[in-house]
Amino acid sequence: MNTQEKKSWKEIPMAGVCWVPSTAYLTGDWRTYRPILDSEKCTRCMLCHIYCPDGAIAWKAETNEMVINYDYCKGCGICEVECPVDAISMKLEGEG
Amino acid sequence: MALEWKFTAKEIAEKPELFMSGHRACAGCAPATVHRLILKAVRGPTIATNSTGCMEVTSTIYPFTAWKIPWIHTAFENVAANASGIEAALKILKRKGKLKHEHVDVIALAGDGGTFDIGIQALSGAVERGHDFLYVLYDNEAYMNTGIQRSGGTPLGAWTTTSPAGKKIPGKPQLKKPIANIMVAHEMPYVATASPAYWIDLLKKARKGLEVEGPAFLHVIAPCPRGWRSDPSKSIEISRLAVETCVFPLWEAIDGEYNLSAPSKVIALRPERKKAMEEYLKTQGRFRHLFTPEFKHIIGKIQEVVDRRWQRLLKKCGMA
Repeated sequence: MNTQEKKSWKEIPMAGVCWVPSTAYLTGDWRTYRPILDSEKCTRCMLCHIYCPDGAIAWKAETNEMVINYDYCKGCGICEVECPVDAISMKLEGEG
Repeated sequence: MALEWKFTAKEIAEKPELFMSGHRACAGCAPATVHRLILKAVRGPTIATNSTGCMEVTSTIYPFTAWKIPWIHTAFENVAANASGIEAALKILKRKGKLKHEHVDVIALAGDGGTFDIGIQALSGAVERGHDFLYVLYDNEAYMNTGIQRSGGTPLGAWTTTSPAGKKIPGKPQLKKPIANIMVAHEMPYVATASPAYWIDLLKKARKGLEVEGPAFLHVIAPCPRGWRSDPSKSIEISRLAVETCVFPLWEAIDGEYNLSAPSKVIALRPERKKAMEEYLKTQGRFRHLFTPEFKHIIGKIQEVVDRRWQRLLKKCGMA
């Protein structure tokens, strides 16, 4: 959705109602460290999904996999600290 | 009260995100985790109202909104009054047969500034009138949104920009207001404290608060890496340490009857598991000055206050 387009005051909703979902704004470029998930080690305990402040880690039921959404991940590292089997490691953005 | 809500981690993971990604909270923001989890505990149609504070500012930067449910922003002082109004309007709509849903839940969310200091009279009034809503206090222990000013929720010895640690003053000289006990004194049906680290406990308490007839109050500790000067990756760990050191014990009070929750009960039954306050304090830069020779004695004072409050709580729970 293009949020840059200018709307006149007659077109915007009344009373300052927000109409664009926040998912249209990508916060992934705030990140310094990038979480890398090792699917072999992962036990699907869901703790990373539960503790993530940004809801950037989701569980895909069809493939039984944890997927990190780098569009929203801010790289705080909570998932790395809370992972009980050390399946997530933080790598500096831009490094292999 | 209804049967206890049971769930698995996978069921929670499959629930939709009602507090969506893309909000502008800082990296490692525990209040954002708290909001996500609370909204995973809703049982049906829900209306949320937020007082001014970090989560209001970061979740709705015009024209974006992170809320997938009807949500109203209100001023600092009147989130509880707003929730009472919503609840009263729903009641009338239902009586007139204009409400499509069987029942609509109301959640009021506020930070510690909007609860301890500015919003307490609206909260007290709403509870006294007995409106059916859940009040969630996410406690990050200062006015973080405007730049870390002290609030009634800031603990003893903590540095903030308005209680700076200098040569003479060791951070905030006053104690933290025991807000949850003040709410129990209102003789309301449900009061509880929770920590995001113990997420099952938090979800169950949020659901219980929604299910109960009448007002419910949930006090959740929510570390703020910017204001607490802590490592963003340690936010959840710090909220766990807060329970393990008994600075923030977990309990619930149903109709004024205190009961310790499992994570704190373990410590009550085995006092050797209680960790020393230093372990909690050293994780946060806002207590850094307490580890210098001139302010070392403040740590002992903090430990004394924590122990006193913990013993008092044990007595109330009948475990002393």
